[in-house]
Amino acid sequence: MDSNRKKALALYAAKLRLLALEGIYSAKSGHPGGSLSAAEILTYLYQEEMDIDPANPQKPDRDRFVLSKGHVCPGLYAALALRGFFPVDAMKTLRKPDSILQGHPDMRSTPGVDMSSGSLGQGISAACGMALSAKLSGKESRVYALMGDGELQEGQCWEAFMFAAHYKLDNLCAVIDFNGLQIDGDITKVLSPLPIDEKLRSFNWNVILADAHDFDSLETAFANARAHKGSPSAIVAKSVKGKGVSFMENEAGWHGNAPKQEQYEQAVAELTAVVKALEV
Amino acid sequence: MADKATREAYGDALAELGEQYDMVVLDADLSKSTKTDTFKKKFPERFINCGIAEGNMMSIAAGIAATGKLVFASSFAMFAAGRAFEQVRNSIGYTRLPVKIGATHAGLSVGEDGATHQCNEDIATMRVIPNMTVVVPADYISTKALVKAAAKFDGPVYLRMGRLAVPNLYKEDASFEIGKAVELFPGSDATIIAAGLMLHEAVQARELLAADGISVRIIDMHTIKPIDKEIIVKAARETGAIVTAEEHSVIGGLGSAVSEVVCEHMPCPVIKVGVEDRFGKSGEARSVLKLFGLSAENIAEKVKAAIDLKK
Repeated sequence: MDSNRKKALALYAAKLRLLALEGIYSAKSGHPGGSLSAAEILTYLYQEEMDIDPANPQKPDRDRFVLSKGHVCPGLYAALALRGFFPVDAMKTLRKPDSILQGHPDMRSTPGVDMSSGSLGQGISAACGMALSAKLSGKESRVYALMGDGELQEGQCWEAFMFAAHYKLDNLCAVIDFNGLQIDGDITKVLSPLPIDEKLRSFNWNVILADAHDFDSLETAFANARAHKGSPSAIVAKSVKGKGVSFMENEAGWHGNAPKQEQYEQAVAELTAVVKALEV
Repeated sequence: MADKATREAYGDALAELGEQYDMVVLDADLSKSTKTDTFKKKFPERFINCGIAEGNMMSIAAGIAATGKLVFASSFAMFAAGRAFEQVRNSIGYTRLPVKIGATHAGLSVGEDGATHQCNEDIATMRVIPNMTVVVPADYISTKALVKAAAKFDGPVYLRMGRLAVPNLYKEDASFEIGKAVELFPGSDATIIAAGLMLHEAVQARELLAADGISVRIIDMHTIKPIDKEIIVKAARETGAIVTAEEHSVIGGLGSAVSEVVCEHMPCPVIKVGVEDRFGKSGEARSVLKLFGLSAENIAEKVKAAIDLKK
């Protein structure tokens, strides 16, 4: 990838992290860990990969995105705001009754949200439905779903994986944010979903390994998924939970907790330094 | 017209709707029983078998509907409204997507398969979901009409159908509107409000009671939600006693829905005929129904009891 473009994307990702944390801090609740681990994935999808139009969020033949791990919507909302679906100021209203930004994605409230989600395992199934519909209509549009690694403990994910392979939904790309942590701790200690890649291959998926924080790696992975025909693709993207905020990295405790004022100020300082360095 | 099951009407209606709508029909390995195979034979490319995975099917249905297509998702009531409850709530109810759930083999009349397959809870679980409409038609003609009405209806609909062949209560040209109940027979001493299979028993009960000089009004409450409040209040005011009859638990179903209206707007005795708080049993369908008191005789008895209560 061109180094200027890479720098621009890194800047979006840093701003996404700041906005996500701003929302969570304002709400005094929310899920920072997974929002931060998915920052580059969401940035790449919304700035590079998907055919979408902020001026016409309901464009019929658009690419679609389902946040199957719905709890990291602060990250999604920030990606949508940065892409121009609504003003970034909305982030301050996160998780309030009148807000367009509900605690989990609500397609009826938020411009750009293609599917309500939050109950784990359901988003990937809905994405299968969208991909199937495009196939039935002979449309070229693609469907993306972002899943958690802990989410794979939900049996419905595997029903959906079976379905997508059976119906050869090569217009479907699942991205698994492989950060290794869930609310109760290490995914391998809670109930191991490993090996994720081998399981998906045995379900007849095209499996691509990627670094969730490296735009070159993501670019290669998404290009591979797009080029692959005959079966759905899964990008297993190794990530760091809480990435970008030193004290949140690799700490399961930051799965679903809002920072206190001092912590928030430190996080903002760290991320602002990244933004400034990239803006030079 | 020969006796036919309401599920037959479902399959026939889908096959007709397929001509008109950009629609997809989903099933979970029960297409011969739910009768979606009638659609499958005519439009094989738009019939999608989801395998034995009802929760997945409901969320897939939501995804298809989100792209602008009409979707019917079918299974037995037990699995559509029971196993897949949370998917229906979150993927379909919350999103208000136009997914129509075709649930067949509801209630005790599944018969020999027994308690695990006799769903007596689905009206309760479906009507409690915001945005969900619940339709329980009684015969072939009304089912076919209401499946077509559901296709046009803006929002999710749960259609509850039965396994057994039943006689027709309506003429071919009868028209039906979701949310508008039908006064099938007039009467002044009491009202039986029934839905689905039990409407047939209610009609027989009316004949039994007529022999004793009791005049009974019969209401076909084919839509349980939104319920037709006006017709209930009118019945409570004019007849002063109500008996409900449903092939469903007495907790949370038609009887509860009618009671909610009566309590708030026009209090009068309401006696519920349905499955008491217990699981079903295996057996020939008609004999199981009788065993559980889902019979014209029991309804007639309860009508007399309700009339006594108003004195």
